[in-house]
Amino acid sequence: MTARAVDQSTFEQEVLNNSKTVMVDFWAEWCGPCRAVSPILDQIATEHSDKLDIVKLNVDENPQLAMKYQITSIPAMKVFQQGEVVKTVIGAKPKPALEADLAAYLA
Amino acid sequence: MRDVIIIGSGPAGFTAAIYAARAELQPMLVASSVEVGGELMNTTEVENFPGFPDGIMGPELMGKMQAQAERFGTEVVYDDVVKLELEGDVKRVTLGSGDVHEARTVIYATGSAYRKLGLPEEDRLSGHGLSWCATCDGFFFKAKEIAVVGGGDSAMEEATFLTRFASKVYIIHRREELRASKIMQQRAFDDPKIEFIWNSEIAAIQGADAVTGVTLRDTVTGAERELPLEGLFVAIGNDPRVHLVHGQLDLTDEGTVAVQGRSSKTSLPGVFAAGDVLDPTYRQAVTAAGSGTVAALDAEHYLAAHADAPASPETEFAVVN
Repeated sequence: MTARAVDQSTFEQEVLNNSKTVMVDFWAEWCGPCRAVSPILDQIATEHSDKLDIVKLNVDENPQLAMKYQITSIPAMKVFQQGEVVKTVIGAKPKPALEADLAAYLA
Repeated sequence: MRDVIIIGSGPAGFTAAIYAARAELQPMLVASSVEVGGELMNTTEVENFPGFPDGIMGPELMGKMQAQAERFGTEVVYDDVVKLELEGDVKRVTLGSGDVHEARTVIYATGSAYRKLGLPEEDRLSGHGLSWCATCDGFFFKAKEIAVVGGGDSAMEEATFLTRFASKVYIIHRREELRASKIMQQRAFDDPKIEFIWNSEIAAIQGADAVTGVTLRDTVTGAERELPLEGLFVAIGNDPRVHLVHGQLDLTDEGTVAVQGRSSKTSLPGVFAAGDVLDPTYRQAVTAAGSGTVAALDAEHYLAAHADAPASPETEFAVVN
Protein backbone atom coordinates (compact mmCIF):
# COMPACT_ATOMS: atom_id res chain seq x y z
CA MET A 1 0.00 0.00 0.00
CA THR A 2 1.36 3.38 -0.95
CA ALA A 3 0.82 6.09 1.60
CA ARG A 4 -1.64 8.57 0.02
CA ALA A 5 -0.80 12.17 -0.67
CA VAL A 6 -2.43 15.05 1.15
CA ASP A 7 -2.21 18.75 0.35
CA GLN A 8 -3.32 22.14 1.59
CA SER A 9 -6.95 21.49 0.61
CA THR A 10 -7.25 18.02 2.18
CA PHE A 11 -4.98 18.45 5.21
CA GLU A 12 -7.73 19.46 7.62
CA GLN A 13 -9.99 16.59 6.64
CA GLU A 14 -7.34 13.89 6.31
CA VAL A 15 -5.03 14.87 9.15
CA LEU A 16 -6.49 17.31 11.66
CA ASN A 17 -9.97 15.77 11.71
CA ASN A 18 -8.81 12.18 11.30
CA SER A 19 -10.26 10.01 14.06
CA LYS A 20 -7.27 7.68 13.78
CA THR A 21 -3.68 8.46 14.68
CA VAL A 22 -2.10 9.77 11.51
CA MET A 23 1.54 10.32 10.56
CA VAL A 24 2.44 12.93 7.97
CA ASP A 25 5.62 12.39 5.96
CA PHE A 26 6.91 15.81 4.89
CA TRP A 27 9.00 15.12 1.79
CA ALA A 28 10.22 16.43 -1.57
CA GLU A 29 11.29 14.96 -4.87
CA TRP A 30 14.82 16.42 -4.61
CA CYS A 31 15.47 14.90 -1.18
CA GLY A 32 17.37 11.61 -1.57
CA PRO A 33 16.76 10.37 1.98
CA CYS A 34 13.03 11.08 1.53
CA ARG A 35 12.89 8.82 -1.49
CA ALA A 36 14.88 6.18 0.40
CA VAL A 37 12.55 6.10 3.38
CA SER A 38 9.32 6.26 1.37
CA PRO A 39 9.00 2.50 0.66
CA ILE A 40 9.66 1.77 4.34
CA LEU A 41 6.80 4.06 5.33
CA ASP A 42 4.60 2.29 2.78
CA GLN A 43 5.46 -1.03 4.46
CA ILE A 44 4.71 0.30 7.93
CA ALA A 45 1.45 1.77 6.62
CA THR A 46 0.45 -1.63 5.24
CA GLU A 47 1.45 -3.62 8.30
CA HIS A 48 -0.20 -1.26 10.79
CA SER A 49 -3.13 0.10 8.79
CA ASP A 50 -5.50 -0.64 11.70
CA LYS A 51 -3.49 1.54 14.10
CA LEU A 52 -1.80 4.25 12.10
CA ASP A 53 -2.71 6.19 8.98
CA ILE A 54 0.33 7.38 7.02
CA VAL A 55 0.05 10.21 4.50
CA LYS A 56 2.60 12.18 2.48
CA LEU A 57 2.84 15.92 2.11
CA ASN A 58 5.02 17.41 -0.62
CA VAL A 59 6.71 20.48 0.90
CA ASP A 60 7.50 21.95 -2.52
CA GLU A 61 3.82 22.07 -3.42
CA ASN A 62 2.61 22.96 0.08
CA PRO A 63 5.12 25.43 1.53
CA GLN A 64 2.55 27.05 3.85
CA LEU A 65 2.03 23.79 5.73
CA ALA A 66 5.78 23.15 5.87
CA MET A 67 6.20 26.60 7.38
CA LYS A 68 3.29 26.18 9.78
CA TYR A 69 4.84 23.01 11.19
CA GLN A 70 8.33 24.58 11.22
CA ILE A 71 9.90 22.02 8.94
CA THR A 72 13.59 22.75 8.39
CA SER A 73 14.82 19.25 7.68
CA ILE A 74 13.31 16.43 5.68
CA PRO A 75 12.23 13.73 5.72
CA ALA A 76 10.25 14.89 8.77
CA MET A 77 7.53 12.61 10.06
CA LYS A 78 4.97 14.05 12.41
CA VAL A 79 2.39 11.99 14.26
CA PHE A 80 -0.96 13.73 14.85
CA GLN A 81 -3.67 12.81 17.35
CA GLN A 82 -6.85 14.92 17.49
CA GLY A 83 -5.17 17.51 15.33
CA GLU A 84 -2.12 17.92 17.58
CA VAL A 85 1.46 16.89 16.88
CA VAL A 86 2.41 14.26 19.45
CA LYS A 87 5.67 12.98 17.97
CA THR A 88 8.28 14.10 15.46
CA VAL A 89 10.84 11.87 13.79
CA ILE A 90 13.47 13.50 11.60
CA GLY A 91 15.66 11.78 9.04
CA ALA A 92 15.57 8.56 7.06
CA LYS A 93 16.07 5.57 9.31
CA PRO A 94 16.00 1.80 8.81
CA LYS A 95 12.65 0.14 9.42
CA PRO A 96 13.45 -1.31 12.88
CA ALA A 97 14.61 2.14 14.08
CA LEU A 98 11.45 3.82 12.76
CA GLU A 99 9.26 1.15 14.31
CA ALA A 100 11.04 1.71 17.62
CA ASP A 101 10.44 5.47 17.38
CA LEU A 102 6.78 4.89 16.58
CA ALA A 103 6.25 1.95 18.94
CA ALA A 104 3.68 3.81 21.05
CA TYR A 105 1.47 4.36 17.98
CA LEU A 106 1.83 0.94 16.39
CA ALA A 107 0.94 -1.28 19.33
CA MET B 1 27.21 -20.37 0.38
CA ARG B 2 28.28 -17.49 -1.79
CA ASP B 3 31.68 -16.58 -3.12
CA VAL B 4 31.44 -12.93 -2.21
CA ILE B 5 29.21 -10.58 -0.25
CA ILE B 6 29.82 -6.86 -0.67
CA ILE B 7 28.71 -4.52 2.09
CA GLY B 8 28.10 -0.96 0.97
CA SER B 9 26.53 0.71 -2.06
CA GLY B 10 28.73 3.68 -2.85
CA PRO B 11 31.21 3.84 -5.74
CA ALA B 12 33.50 1.31 -3.99
CA GLY B 13 30.76 -1.25 -3.38
CA PHE B 14 29.16 -1.04 -6.82
CA THR B 15 32.50 -1.08 -8.65
CA ALA B 16 33.57 -4.14 -6.66
CA ALA B 17 30.22 -5.67 -7.65
CA ILE B 18 30.76 -4.91 -11.35
CA TYR B 19 34.15 -6.66 -11.29
CA ALA B 20 33.02 -9.56 -9.11
CA ALA B 21 29.91 -10.12 -11.24
CA ARG B 22 31.93 -10.03 -14.46
CA ALA B 23 34.24 -12.61 -12.87
CA GLU B 24 31.07 -14.73 -12.49
CA LEU B 25 31.24 -14.69 -8.72
CA GLN B 26 27.51 -13.81 -8.52
CA PRO B 27 27.98 -11.30 -5.70
CA MET B 28 25.36 -10.23 -3.26
CA LEU B 29 25.59 -6.54 -2.41
CA VAL B 30 24.01 -5.37 0.83
CA ALA B 31 23.07 -1.80 0.00
CA SER B 32 21.52 -0.64 3.31
CA SER B 33 17.87 0.25 3.75
CA VAL B 34 17.92 4.03 3.67
CA GLU B 35 21.37 5.02 2.40
CA VAL B 36 21.50 3.19 -0.91
CA GLY B 37 24.07 4.85 -3.16
CA GLY B 38 26.01 6.35 -0.28
CA GLU B 39 27.29 9.85 0.08
CA LEU B 40 26.87 10.88 -3.55
CA MET B 41 23.10 10.57 -3.17
CA ASN B 42 23.12 13.82 -1.22
CA THR B 43 25.28 15.76 -3.64
CA THR B 44 24.28 17.69 -6.71
CA GLU B 45 26.54 17.98 -9.74
CA VAL B 46 29.60 15.70 -9.85
CA GLU B 47 32.14 17.38 -12.14
CA ASN B 48 35.27 15.30 -11.53
CA PHE B 49 34.17 11.77 -12.40
CA PRO B 50 35.95 10.86 -15.65
CA GLY B 51 33.70 10.14 -18.60
CA PHE B 52 31.12 12.81 -17.85
CA PRO B 53 32.51 16.01 -19.43
CA ASP B 54 29.29 17.92 -18.75
CA GLY B 55 29.03 16.65 -15.17
CA ILE B 56 26.45 14.28 -13.80
CA MET B 57 24.12 14.46 -10.82
CA GLY B 58 25.32 12.33 -7.90
CA PRO B 59 22.13 10.23 -7.65
CA GLU B 60 22.15 9.62 -11.41
CA LEU B 61 25.77 8.46 -11.31
CA MET B 62 24.96 6.02 -8.51
CA GLY B 63 21.90 4.76 -10.39
CA LYS B 64 24.11 4.04 -13.38
CA MET B 65 26.70 2.21 -11.25
CA GLN B 66 23.97 0.06 -9.73
CA ALA B 67 22.48 -0.71 -13.14
CA GLN B 68 25.92 -1.73 -14.39
CA ALA B 69 26.48 -4.02 -11.38
CA GLU B 70 23.03 -5.59 -11.80
CA ARG B 71 23.49 -6.08 -15.53
CA PHE B 72 26.18 -8.67 -14.80
CA GLY B 73 24.21 -10.49 -12.12
CA THR B 74 24.80 -8.69 -8.84
CA GLU B 75 21.98 -9.30 -6.39
CA VAL B 76 21.25 -6.05 -4.51
CA VAL B 77 19.66 -6.43 -1.08
CA TYR B 78 18.05 -3.39 0.54
CA ASP B 79 18.79 -4.12 4.16
CA ASP B 80 21.32 -3.22 6.81
CA VAL B 81 24.02 -5.50 8.13
CA VAL B 82 23.63 -5.81 11.89
CA LYS B 83 26.34 -8.38 12.58
CA LEU B 84 29.45 -9.70 10.86
CA GLU B 85 31.38 -12.83 11.75
CA LEU B 86 34.55 -12.65 9.73
CA GLU B 87 36.91 -15.24 11.18
CA GLY B 88 37.41 -18.63 9.57
CA ASP B 89 36.76 -19.82 6.03
CA VAL B 90 33.02 -19.11 6.14
CA LYS B 91 31.98 -15.52 6.81
CA ARG B 92 28.51 -14.87 8.22
CA VAL B 93 26.55 -11.71 7.47
CA THR B 94 23.41 -11.06 9.53
CA LEU B 95 20.86 -8.60 8.15
CA GLY B 96 18.27 -6.44 9.91
CA SER B 97 15.58 -8.86 8.68
CA GLY B 98 17.29 -11.64 10.66
CA ASP B 99 18.46 -13.42 7.50
CA VAL B 100 21.97 -14.82 7.75
CA HIS B 101 24.07 -15.16 4.59
CA GLU B 102 27.33 -17.03 4.29
CA ALA B 103 30.22 -16.32 1.97
CA ARG B 104 33.83 -17.26 1.41
CA THR B 105 34.83 -13.62 1.06
CA VAL B 106 33.48 -10.30 2.25
CA ILE B 107 34.24 -6.92 0.73
CA TYR B 108 33.69 -4.27 3.37
CA ALA B 109 32.88 -0.92 1.73
CA THR B 110 30.70 0.90 4.23
CA GLY B 111 32.22 4.33 3.63
CA SER B 112 32.14 7.00 6.26
CA ALA B 113 29.60 8.93 8.28
CA TYR B 114 29.30 12.68 8.82
CA ARG B 115 31.40 13.91 11.68
CA LYS B 116 29.53 15.71 14.42
CA LEU B 117 30.66 18.91 16.10
CA GLY B 118 30.66 17.21 19.48
CA LEU B 119 28.50 19.82 21.24
CA PRO B 120 25.91 18.86 23.86
CA GLU B 121 23.12 20.83 22.10
CA GLU B 122 23.78 19.08 18.79
CA ASP B 123 21.23 16.29 19.06
CA ARG B 124 18.51 18.58 20.39
CA LEU B 125 18.87 21.07 17.52
CA SER B 126 19.51 18.51 14.81
CA GLY B 127 16.72 18.92 12.27
CA HIS B 128 15.79 22.24 13.84
CA GLY B 129 18.15 24.49 11.98
CA LEU B 130 21.17 22.22 12.35
CA SER B 131 21.66 20.08 9.28
CA TRP B 132 24.09 17.68 7.59
CA CYS B 133 22.36 17.70 4.20
CA ALA B 134 22.27 20.93 2.19
CA THR B 135 20.44 19.36 -0.73
CA CYS B 136 17.71 18.09 1.61
CA ASP B 137 17.25 21.12 3.80
CA GLY B 138 18.48 24.19 1.89
CA PHE B 139 14.95 24.80 0.60
CA PHE B 140 13.77 25.72 4.11
CA PHE B 141 16.25 28.57 4.47
CA LYS B 142 14.94 30.91 1.79
CA ALA B 143 16.05 34.50 2.43
CA LYS B 144 17.70 33.48 5.72
CA GLU B 145 21.19 33.99 7.09
CA ILE B 146 22.93 30.68 7.58
CA ALA B 147 26.42 29.23 7.92
CA VAL B 148 28.39 26.23 6.76
CA VAL B 149 31.14 24.87 8.99
CA GLY B 150 34.13 23.31 7.24
CA GLY B 151 36.88 23.98 4.74
CA GLY B 152 36.81 21.09 2.29
CA ASP B 153 35.10 20.49 -1.03
CA SER B 154 31.90 19.39 0.68
CA ALA B 155 31.70 22.65 2.62
CA MET B 156 32.32 24.73 -0.52
CA GLU B 157 29.75 22.77 -2.51
CA GLU B 158 27.16 23.07 0.22
CA ALA B 159 27.77 26.80 0.68
CA THR B 160 27.56 27.47 -3.05
CA PHE B 161 24.40 25.38 -3.34
CA LEU B 162 22.81 27.11 -0.34
CA THR B 163 23.17 30.55 -1.96
CA ARG B 164 20.25 29.52 -4.18
CA PHE B 165 18.04 29.89 -1.14
CA ALA B 166 19.73 31.85 1.63
CA SER B 167 20.29 35.60 1.65
CA LYS B 168 23.73 35.13 3.20
CA VAL B 169 26.00 32.14 3.74
CA TYR B 170 28.95 32.33 6.12
CA ILE B 171 31.66 29.72 5.80
CA ILE B 172 33.19 29.13 9.22
CA HIS B 173 36.60 27.52 9.09
CA ARG B 174 39.05 26.82 11.89
CA ARG B 175 42.12 27.65 9.85
CA GLU B 176 43.17 30.44 7.49
CA GLU B 177 43.32 28.36 4.35
CA LEU B 178 41.01 25.86 2.76
CA ARG B 179 41.48 22.16 2.06
CA ALA B 180 39.01 22.39 -0.84
CA SER B 181 40.09 22.14 -4.48
CA LYS B 182 41.02 25.44 -6.15
CA ILE B 183 37.99 25.50 -8.44
CA MET B 184 35.58 24.99 -5.55
CA GLN B 185 37.38 27.63 -3.46
CA GLN B 186 37.26 30.16 -6.29
CA ARG B 187 33.55 29.55 -6.82
CA ALA B 188 32.94 30.31 -3.15
CA PHE B 189 35.26 33.36 -3.14
CA ASP B 190 33.47 34.78 -6.20
CA ASP B 191 29.99 34.34 -4.74
CA PRO B 192 28.65 37.66 -3.44
CA LYS B 193 26.41 35.91 -0.90
CA ILE B 194 29.29 34.00 0.72
CA GLU B 195 31.42 35.49 3.47
CA PHE B 196 34.32 33.65 5.05
CA ILE B 197 34.95 33.63 8.78
CA TRP B 198 38.52 32.40 9.22
CA ASN B 199 40.29 30.92 12.24
CA SER B 200 37.03 30.22 14.00
CA GLU B 201 35.26 27.24 15.47
CA ILE B 202 31.81 26.73 16.90
CA ALA B 203 31.96 26.89 20.70
CA ALA B 204 28.19 26.60 21.17
CA ILE B 205 24.93 26.67 19.26
CA GLN B 206 22.12 28.86 20.58
CA GLY B 207 18.43 28.17 20.39
CA ALA B 208 15.76 26.55 22.54
CA ASP B 209 13.59 24.98 19.83
CA ALA B 210 15.53 26.04 16.75
CA VAL B 211 18.93 27.46 15.92
CA THR B 212 19.12 31.21 16.57
CA GLY B 213 22.89 31.67 16.45
CA VAL B 214 26.30 30.37 17.34
CA THR B 215 29.13 31.30 19.63
CA LEU B 216 32.33 31.53 17.61
CA ARG B 217 35.71 30.98 19.21
CA ASP B 218 38.79 32.43 17.54
CA THR B 219 41.24 29.55 17.15
CA VAL B 220 44.23 31.92 17.46
CA THR B 221 43.25 34.30 20.26
CA GLY B 222 40.54 32.25 21.99
CA ALA B 223 38.20 35.26 21.91
CA GLU B 224 34.51 34.45 21.66
CA ARG B 225 31.73 36.29 19.87
CA GLU B 226 28.10 35.71 18.94
CA LEU B 227 26.80 35.35 15.41
CA PRO B 228 23.03 35.29 14.84
CA LEU B 229 21.99 32.57 12.37
CA GLU B 230 18.87 30.67 11.43
CA GLY B 231 20.62 27.64 10.04
CA LEU B 232 23.90 25.80 10.48
CA PHE B 233 25.15 23.19 8.03
CA VAL B 234 27.98 20.96 9.20
CA ALA B 235 30.59 19.69 6.73
CA ILE B 236 33.65 19.13 8.90
CA GLY B 237 34.58 15.75 7.56
CA ASN B 238 33.70 12.10 7.96
CA ASP B 239 34.62 9.17 10.12
CA PRO B 240 35.00 5.67 8.72
CA ARG B 241 32.11 3.33 9.51
CA VAL B 242 33.93 0.54 11.29
CA HIS B 243 31.43 -0.35 14.03
CA LEU B 244 30.65 -3.72 12.42
CA VAL B 245 34.30 -4.80 12.36
CA HIS B 246 35.54 -3.45 15.70
CA GLY B 247 37.54 -6.13 17.45
CA GLN B 248 37.68 -8.23 14.27
CA LEU B 249 39.79 -6.23 11.82
CA ASP B 250 42.92 -4.24 12.59
CA LEU B 251 42.41 -0.49 12.28
CA THR B 252 44.88 2.30 11.59
CA ASP B 253 45.63 5.19 13.95
CA GLU B 254 43.20 7.23 11.85
CA GLY B 255 40.44 4.73 12.55
CA THR B 256 40.24 3.35 9.03
CA VAL B 257 40.46 -0.36 8.22
CA ALA B 258 44.13 -1.37 7.95
CA VAL B 259 45.11 -3.04 4.67
CA GLN B 260 48.34 -4.56 3.42
CA GLY B 261 50.28 -2.22 1.13
CA ARG B 262 48.37 -1.20 -1.97
CA SER B 263 46.06 -4.21 -1.69
CA SER B 264 42.62 -4.43 -0.08
CA LYS B 265 43.65 -7.28 2.22
CA THR B 266 42.64 -6.74 5.82
CA SER B 267 44.05 -8.50 8.87
CA LEU B 268 41.69 -11.44 8.26
CA PRO B 269 42.03 -13.80 5.28
CA GLY B 270 39.11 -13.52 2.86
CA VAL B 271 38.07 -10.11 4.12
CA PHE B 272 38.79 -7.15 1.86
CA ALA B 273 38.11 -3.46 2.31
CA ALA B 274 37.35 -0.79 -0.26
CA GLY B 275 36.59 2.91 -0.47
CA ASP B 276 36.45 5.58 2.20
CA VAL B 277 36.45 3.03 5.03
CA LEU B 278 40.16 2.41 4.37
CA ASP B 279 41.07 5.82 2.99
CA PRO B 280 41.73 8.73 5.36
CA THR B 281 43.35 10.80 2.61
CA TYR B 282 41.82 10.91 -0.87
CA ARG B 283 38.15 10.07 -0.41
CA GLN B 284 36.97 10.68 -3.96
CA ALA B 285 34.26 8.84 -5.89
CA VAL B 286 36.83 7.77 -8.43
CA THR B 287 39.45 6.62 -5.90
CA ALA B 288 36.71 4.67 -4.10
CA ALA B 289 35.74 3.06 -7.40
CA GLY B 290 39.39 2.13 -8.04
CA SER B 291 39.61 0.72 -4.55
CA GLY B 292 36.49 -1.37 -5.22
CA THR B 293 38.20 -2.81 -8.27
CA VAL B 294 41.25 -3.78 -6.19
CA ALA B 295 39.05 -5.50 -3.61
CA ALA B 296 37.14 -7.51 -6.23
CA LEU B 297 40.38 -8.64 -7.89
CA ASP B 298 41.91 -9.55 -4.53
CA ALA B 299 38.79 -11.53 -3.64
CA GLU B 300 38.91 -13.29 -6.99
CA HIS B 301 42.55 -14.28 -6.46
CA TYR B 302 41.82 -15.46 -2.94
CA LEU B 303 38.94 -17.61 -4.17
CA ALA B 304 41.09 -19.09 -6.94
CA ALA B 305 43.78 -19.97 -4.40
CA HIS B 306 41.21 -21.56 -2.08
CA ALA B 307 39.24 -23.33 -4.81
CA ASP B 308 39.48 -26.74 -3.14
CA ALA B 309 36.09 -26.32 -1.46
CA PRO B 310 33.54 -25.40 -4.16
CA ALA B 311 30.19 -23.98 -3.18
CA SER B 312 27.21 -26.27 -3.53
CA PRO B 313 25.51 -25.52 -6.89
CA GLU B 314 21.94 -25.37 -5.60
CA THR B 315 22.60 -22.49 -3.20
CA GLU B 316 24.97 -20.86 -5.64
CA PHE B 317 22.41 -20.55 -8.40
CA ALA B 318 19.12 -20.43 -6.55
CA VAL B 319 19.53 -16.77 -5.68
CA VAL B 320 20.33 -15.40 -9.13
CA ASN B 321 17.15 -15.20 -11.18
